[in-house]
Amino acid sequence: MKATVHVMLKTGVLDPQGEAVRHALGALGFDGVNGVRQGKVIELDLADGTSEADVTAMCEKLLANTVIESYRVEMG
Amino acid sequence: MKAAVVVFPGSNCDRDLAVAFRAAGADVEMVWHKDTDLPEGVDIVGVPGGFSFGDYLRCGAIAAHSPICKAVKGHADRGGYVLGVCNGFQVLTETGVLPGALLRNAGLKYICKTVGLRVETSQSAFTEGYNAGDVVDIPIAHHDGNYFADDATLAALEGEDRVAFRYTDNPNGSQRDIAGILSPNRRVLGMMPHPERAADAGHGGTDGQALFRAVAGQLTSA
Repeated sequence: MKATVHVMLKTGVLDPQGEAVRHALGALGFDGVNGVRQGKVIELDLADGTSEADVTAMCEKLLANTVIESYRVEMG
Repeated sequence: MKAAVVVFPGSNCDRDLAVAFRAAGADVEMVWHKDTDLPEGVDIVGVPGGFSFGDYLRCGAIAAHSPICKAVKGHADRGGYVLGVCNGFQVLTETGVLPGALLRNAGLKYICKTVGLRVETSQSAFTEGYNAGDVVDIPIAHHDGNYFADDATLAALEGEDRVAFRYTDNPNGSQRDIAGILSPNRRVLGMMPHPERAADAGHGGTDGQALFRAVAGQLTSA
């Protein structure tokens, strides 16, 4: 079974990489991009029976730094 | 004084930190990240700069869960002294020994240069060799040195006189120009600049020496 974890900087935390991408899009002529946030996607290949609670624990302990990042878990 | 300096895969300032501690009079032992215990009788642990575990996932995140870091956290919890420099500071925030987190530099560039730091407090074993308000020149070398903490944490740091150093010309976007902070008991210092790179006349500056001398003086007389 698989799980996908999306990790994003929390709202209000400056995302300099997202800002750089936003500037680059503007330079390419794509108007109207008001904001870009860049996160990461972590795909987990898990043993059968691993619960969403287990994955949440992985996020809390290692995959996300909850001081600055939020995360979302998708099972399957 | 007995110091232990942690070595992670990717540490590149471990020997520099050991040299600075030794020059200040400390006995230094290197400890490997897989070790589960610190050497007997260690007064202070140095968590060095570098790129532990390649900085994969986040700077310091994987190192924070290494076996030795449990021992370092235990040492800090028992009231032991810890100095975390650069990646070491990132590791200490990831372990929760110090509050906040280090984000990518606001300008997105890796910055390697000597910067001015204002000493905000002399009330710690690390900073008592300086006067509050002194400006010292210490090198930085980091990509993720942008200190972040929520407003309540920042208020607590400032209210409890736990900001050790501020940048005089903020190079990385750190909140409130913070370059280094102390733990509530003032025995853990985390800082992004590298005092060990300004601890010998051959380095082109010696403003970092006072930090190591102060710690050695404090812990030797204790």
